[in-house]
Amino acid sequence: MASLAPTFGRGAMTNHWVDIKNADVVLIMGGNAAEAHPCGFKWVVEAKKHNRAKLVVVDPRFTRSAAVADLYAPIRTGTDIAFLGGVINYLLTKDAIQHDYVKAYTDFTFLVNDGYAFDNGLFSGYNADQRSYDKSSWGYQLGSDGYVKTDPTLQDPRCVFQLMKKHYSRYTPEMVEKICGTPRDQFLKVCETLASTATPERTTTVMYALGWTQHSVGSQMIRTAAMVQLLLGNIGIAGGGMNALRGHSNIQGLTDLGLLSNLLPGYLTLPGEKETDYRAYIDKRAAKPLRPNQLSYWQNYEKFHVSLMKAWFGDAATKDNHWAFDWLPKLDKVHDVLQVFDDMYQGKVNGYFCQGFNPLAAFPNKAKLGAALARLKYLVVIDPLATETSEFWKNFGEHNDVDPAKIQTTVFRLPSGCFAEENGSLVNSGRWLQWHWKGAEPPGEGKADIEIMAGLFTRLRDMYQAEGGAFPDPILNLAWPYRIAAAPAAEELAQEYSGKALTDLADPKDATKVFKKKGEQLDGFAQLRDDGSTSCGCWLFSGAWTPAGNLMARRDNADPYGDGQTLNWAWSWPANRRIMYNRASCDASGKPWNAKRKQVWWNGSAWVGSDVPDFKLDSNPADGMGPFIMNPEGVARFFALDKMVEGPFPEHYEPFETPIETNPLNSNPQAVSNPAARVFKGDMEVFGKAKDFPYAATSYRLTEHFHYWTKHCRINAVLQPEQFVEIGEDLAAEKGISAGDKIKVRSNRGQIIAVAVVTKRLRPLTVNGKKVHHVGIPIHWGFKGMTKPGYIANTLTPFVGDANAQTPEFKSFLVNIEKV
Amino acid sequence: MALQSLDIASRSATTTPSPSMRETAEVAKLIDVSTCIGCKACQAACMEWNDLRDEVGRNSGVLDNPRDLSAASWTVMRYAEVEEGGKLEWLIRKDGCMHCADPGCLKACPAPGAIVKYANGIVDFQEENCIGCGYCITGCPFNIPRISQKDGKAYKCTLCSDRVAVGMEPACIKACPTGALQFGSKEQMKDYAAERIADLQQRGFQNAGLYDPPGVGGTHVMYVLHHADRPQLYRELPANPTISPLVALWKGVAKPVAAAALGLVALGSLFHYVVKGPNEVSKEMEKEVEE
Repeated sequence: MASLAPTFGRGAMTNHWVDIKNADVVLIMGGNAAEAHPCGFKWVVEAKKHNRAKLVVVDPRFTRSAAVADLYAPIRTGTDIAFLGGVINYLLTKDAIQHDYVKAYTDFTFLVNDGYAFDNGLFSGYNADQRSYDKSSWGYQLGSDGYVKTDPTLQDPRCVFQLMKKHYSRYTPEMVEKICGTPRDQFLKVCETLASTATPERTTTVMYALGWTQHSVGSQMIRTAAMVQLLLGNIGIAGGGMNALRGHSNIQGLTDLGLLSNLLPGYLTLPGEKETDYRAYIDKRAAKPLRPNQLSYWQNYEKFHVSLMKAWFGDAATKDNHWAFDWLPKLDKVHDVLQVFDDMYQGKVNGYFCQGFNPLAAFPNKAKLGAALARLKYLVVIDPLATETSEFWKNFGEHNDVDPAKIQTTVFRLPSGCFAEENGSLVNSGRWLQWHWKGAEPPGEGKADIEIMAGLFTRLRDMYQAEGGAFPDPILNLAWPYRIAAAPAAEELAQEYSGKALTDLADPKDATKVFKKKGEQLDGFAQLRDDGSTSCGCWLFSGAWTPAGNLMARRDNADPYGDGQTLNWAWSWPANRRIMYNRASCDASGKPWNAKRKQVWWNGSAWVGSDVPDFKLDSNPADGMGPFIMNPEGVARFFALDKMVEGPFPEHYEPFETPIETNPLNSNPQAVSNPAARVFKGDMEVFGKAKDFPYAATSYRLTEHFHYWTKHCRINAVLQPEQFVEIGEDLAAEKGISAGDKIKVRSNRGQIIAVAVVTKRLRPLTVNGKKVHHVGIPIHWGFKGMTKPGYIANTLTPFVGDANAQTPEFKSFLVNIEKV
Repeated sequence: MALQSLDIASRSATTTPSPSMRETAEVAKLIDVSTCIGCKACQAACMEWNDLRDEVGRNSGVLDNPRDLSAASWTVMRYAEVEEGGKLEWLIRKDGCMHCADPGCLKACPAPGAIVKYANGIVDFQEENCIGCGYCITGCPFNIPRISQKDGKAYKCTLCSDRVAVGMEPACIKACPTGALQFGSKEQMKDYAAERIADLQQRGFQNAGLYDPPGVGGTHVMYVLHHADRPQLYRELPANPTISPLVALWKGVAKPVAAAALGLVALGSLFHYVVKGPNEVSKEMEKEVEE
């Protein structure tokens, strides 16, 4: 999310699962789809079977995906930017790029501010004390008309193309081999295969997941791949795209609905603490076009925002009170999970609600998490399962060696139903909202999550009403129009987020006609207004429930064009568009680049096609509107301006725990690891050093289990019953370890004991002249469930996150191992 | 033609002739090893449908789990790491009953009706008739049947004969996420396999081919293999399976006993339990005795 939005305008999988079948080359990197997404992986198999697609897998381990790949290349964990930067260098050096595409649809020609610079690992504006950048120099050169200056000849040394070329010229195949340990010939084979799709006739799809997000430079890894895809002309194209495979079935829905701490629904953003002026808040977000004739769709921000506030506060949100702007929290800083747990650890948090979340198992540095939870006054756990978090205070011997007498936290466990025990929609990776129906009642005292939250809310509201309290306004004024106050129906909530008219709406084309009656569902976000006459709980979902009914419940898989877009199967945001930025599948004149892969096209008066055009339907190609309609530039960005924390171009930085303790790309001690990543006090000290912990460790999921849930199921427990760790044959021989031995794995934060699986699938790599072994650590075990009791794998992992998204660095850290 | 007719084509230790009025197409499960990701969904589906719950075991240093077939695990994935021409390959094979056209288990079985072969090719164990002698294990060239510790009877994959009987595919086929498992008439499966083999050959697997071993008359579970010339790479899949000579041997030794036993058929299973020996006749034996 934090990487695709700064590049393309929206932070989600650009294409969708079924569309993968249209690819000619499938790159799986930063993920292991066969292992973690076996059902979606069928579309890779379809591409192979019916499209003769080549599957390329780049991973530290020879994975289940690699087992069915045509080409596999090993890579040291945490070095993907070096690899992909090398691919960019290869494509630019060999001129294997889709010229017309990049010139028309990216910022290639844009001129960058003269103050911007990059030197020895750092970009201009670095402040070492604050570990952050003054990003003011990371901008465009603007003309007197307010538009970005460009150089269509691409000769100006300050144009994005020239700056990028210079930046990545350092990423030679030799440098890639030195950093990543990928043998040069294998790296070049991957480059050649990707480069084969730099033509309009062929496409590469990139499939990635937590293998990219879970690094201190995770967002930038994804951005580097997005840049490769732009150079190849593969964004907006069927069989192309940057396809983020989400780690939970509804995690896309979670971010869409604004459950990240700095977001509101639909990727609207919470104001910062200095943003107390409503108008300034809106104007900052309603970006005006930066090039002539661009749509810059965020100009409509206020319509989305006001409609959201009407959905939340109803009649209490008025023009006079700036639509209840003062009732929104104002952020002093990002309050992500790592921040909250650090605050908790410092004793600054009294109570914590933990809904469908098992942080003791799922977040890094279990010792710190356990100590943090022990400092709470109360902990509420809402979950279908008896999670480790809910029993963090209980002694489970070596697996959770705590003294309950010393922990005073009161724990409330509220049993909830699971997804199969309620109606609702899940948003899949491909942005489809698919409705599902309750299959059974929750067992025992279990209640649906909505009912639990509604019960908590109505009781709290009653207490505020009866007893008063500090700042009761947002709670007392929250609209609660549900038929059963204690148990709102999923259908009511779905209608609310899709949006409705609050008064009779006049037709914008003919003011004498009413085109929406008061109370009627809207057809989509184009009908939202900023005068308080519409309400919509999530503008991005607007159109999911229209006067025609619940479109998410549709199950018509008709595919008239044979390209898998199935527009009548469920409903996809935005506006049922299946492939985002699909305007880019045509050349500037509106003709499909590839006549065999027609998606949308200009028919002389309108945009039409097999997909819903992700574009202004009546915009004549002659007017030059760009396909990336959310960006004020209208084009995609190689140069991310100030939108990334650690720099406008992705640069390789070592994991915070690096086995080589240096960054071969620079000689600057400040720039070994991400110079702008947040590190909490005390956590820098517990990063391990290679002399004590020589092996590069990475954690991951197995097909047999889903996170920490399915170890509670007998069948899954039968399929993978006991905690294990994977090591290569070389390392096993060095350490005298045989398959089946118990081994101790230690990091600077703790240790686990597990069975050794000795495999050919992990091989030592030569990195910076040094042999580096990997240790593979599956995550699924714990002290609760049907599987054999095990250690929490996150006992080992470091408490540091991606500098932009704060996703913890689960994928790269250091350990030592020994036979028990 | 329907695939689900459950006329019995042959029955262990039985003399009555089989019905032959209807013609039934032969079925087959095709396991395309080249698109299998070893996810074990087939194992889970098998346990679910057949109401089997094996013990929660231990990890013995490999990904395989359960470690072997058992009376409660009728299919398991077997993972092999092999190096071919300096290139690592991870060959993952779903193991289970092959449903031979010429089933060694049925041939060896002394208990009337404990093993049947349906006209559609499915070889099924009828545990209520099983005497637990274990001869099916000796008879099987693929080492598939397992005797239950709990009830002393032999179990193995039924190819979901109950599902196939009502026109459904076996549970493992339904659960397979990648389409590596396919089910249909044997003819259709051979056609489909030919497409897959052509694809594999175009990708450089010159020896890709179909595993349908003639030594057991062909099988109703077939594999598409990248290396059909060396099935043993796939965790000892036999290159040329045949029915154990022991099956013929015991028949030879037992011939006189069998002749005497002909009159004791009525005592049936009780007798088997007492002597735990080869005191029953197969059709072939009977023929031999009569000759």
